[in-house]
Amino acid sequence: MNVRSIPKQNNGTLLSVENVSTYFFTGEDVVKAVQDVGFSIKKGKTFALVGESGCGKSVTALSIMRLVPAPQGKIVGGEIIFNRQNLLALREKDMRHVRGNEISMIFQEPMTSLNPVFTVGNQIVEAIKLHQKKTKSQAWADAVELLGKVGISDPAQRVRQYPHQMSGGMRQRIMIAMAVSCEPSLLIADEPTTALDVTIQAQILDLLDNLQEQNRMSILLITHDLSVVAERADDVAVMYASRIVEVADSQSLFAEPLHPYTQGLLKSLPRLGFSGKRLPTISGAVPDPLRFPSGCKFHPRCPIGCSDRRCQTVEPILREVEAGRYVACWYAEDRKQSSERE
Amino acid sequence: MDMANINNYLLEVDDLKTYFPIKKGLLRRTTGYVKAVDGISFGIKKEQTLGLVGESGCGKTTAARSIVRLVPATKGRVIFDQEDILTADKVKLRRLRRQISLIFQDPFGSLNPRMTVGNTIGEPLQVQRRVSGSELTDRVTVLLSKVGLSPDHINRYPHEFSGGQRQRIGVARALASGPKLVICDEPVSALDVSIQSQILNLLKDLQEEFGLTFLFIAHDLAVVEFFCDIVAVMYMGRIVERAASQDLYQNPLHPYTRALISAIPRGEPSLRGPKTTVSGEVPSASNPPAGCAFGPRCPWRRDDCLKQAPALKQRSDNKGHFVACWKY
Repeated sequence: MNVRSIPKQNNGTLLSVENVSTYFFTGEDVVKAVQDVGFSIKKGKTFALVGESGCGKSVTALSIMRLVPAPQGKIVGGEIIFNRQNLLALREKDMRHVRGNEISMIFQEPMTSLNPVFTVGNQIVEAIKLHQKKTKSQAWADAVELLGKVGISDPAQRVRQYPHQMSGGMRQRIMIAMAVSCEPSLLIADEPTTALDVTIQAQILDLLDNLQEQNRMSILLITHDLSVVAERADDVAVMYASRIVEVADSQSLFAEPLHPYTQGLLKSLPRLGFSGKRLPTISGAVPDPLRFPSGCKFHPRCPIGCSDRRCQTVEPILREVEAGRYVACWYAEDRKQSSERE
Repeated sequence: MDMANINNYLLEVDDLKTYFPIKKGLLRRTTGYVKAVDGISFGIKKEQTLGLVGESGCGKTTAARSIVRLVPATKGRVIFDQEDILTADKVKLRRLRRQISLIFQDPFGSLNPRMTVGNTIGEPLQVQRRVSGSELTDRVTVLLSKVGLSPDHINRYPHEFSGGQRQRIGVARALASGPKLVICDEPVSALDVSIQSQILNLLKDLQEEFGLTFLFIAHDLAVVEFFCDIVAVMYMGRIVERAASQDLYQNPLHPYTRALISAIPRGEPSLRGPKTTVSGEVPSASNPPAGCAFGPRCPWRRDDCLKQAPALKQRSDNKGHFVACWKY
């Protein structure tokens, strides 16, 4: 089946994730890593999935790629609609055609995601030849061109070098070159700049912006860094303890966060020009996925929820509080109204 | 450095150099040096915090290790409480080190997985202060509560704790010997955002309570601005700018400092805008560029810059602001 021949959806949505749950079965325990997660990514836009370590953001990305480590990991429910087809219902053979070709992924650690015993050229050529009918020399020419495109100087020499001969920033550029070699319509970037220095981080994010504009691709940016989200994302989903707790466009989310977790995260972010004596904090720690609290999973750390009976017993689901804004909190409307009165 | 004020400094570093030899060939002859720390000077007053900032590989960690002689320095003086650490004999060094402790970046790698929390925190007390028995248990319990952990954690092992809790254990261990100076090497960069601010607040509270002096090493400029009184920016083994935190952020002079500050994401979608990002990457330390090390990446580069490296000079309009750039 040729996926490219199917006309793309017209409503501007490239990918929609609907009620996806991914669990890990380890012996007698079940780790519910992702529960009922849903969001949609618009064509040509950047969608950010934010959360702290262990919240399930990377497992969500792996679920989209259907790369959840088997046999323990299993996508137990939901649909992932990409180009009008449910990726979760595809045969493995067809999924392989989507992976790397239509949707590709870059990872946090550029040091370990490249093979140390092959030249970078070899690795890019492999990706190109897997998905496109090209001769070896055409693919090599493409690889050199791609390296130039991702901002590597002397691409003709560099293509013959091994990963250890390059710096962290350059390796991440190589990963990006490989990921965009087939001009995917969706690029999943899992913490692409976390391992890099600030000045290099800015360069890599600029590069992703440029490529997005040139190729009109969508980006799913997975990160723990809210300040990166503020700079680059069009839409944001905040994850906490395996669920999405808030979805909004980034302007509104940063102007008026509605979930107490988002509010706490934004407040505790050290910012330039902050002059207070103490940073505001969220008390407590992220819960253990084997022992999630009852009711709203955030309630033990929440200023309202810690003493509210409903928060302690019933888990709120994500619902639309106003056009385009989704919040999973019993008190989102109250908060909205009180901020409007102010 | 102003010699009249010398007694005000708890720690004074003067022209510290740490070179690592590059050995090549069959006879392992020294063919050159990696100048990891190349002549840095600064002073920290009692109960102050100095932030040492720079990208990975700029020499900030080597500088910290040279100060406590975990790495032998090549040249320079490190005066702690009016005594030179670098020339101290074994007995004196032991006495000096008791007053300096370290907190490391990786809360997973810096704790011994086979030692209980009580033993980990108690070890410096046993070794350096010769405390034992029930007094030891009491002191460890007090330390645990100071860093926000419960006394029943004393017999648990590091794997039972989260990253933030482990960093608290690291903080308790650093405080155990009753130090005057605490060197924090990227203490929060491995932690989640909501945990980072908890640890930073904890360090601030402890500083106040125990009158601690901090040398704070970090790459995150937003954290440094919040935490430090004085900031020194390092690039390829040298300090390129040093100033009071407020002056540095409001009036950054060195092009590298400017680039670093403008590269910080602002955390506000409304403040998106063009950035003066620097092109290129940090050059290899074994083959540094001639002249100013920042020359090849500098937007203000002139021919002179490639001939000779500029020295760190005091500004005439602000005695506390130092910059190493030919433009000034």
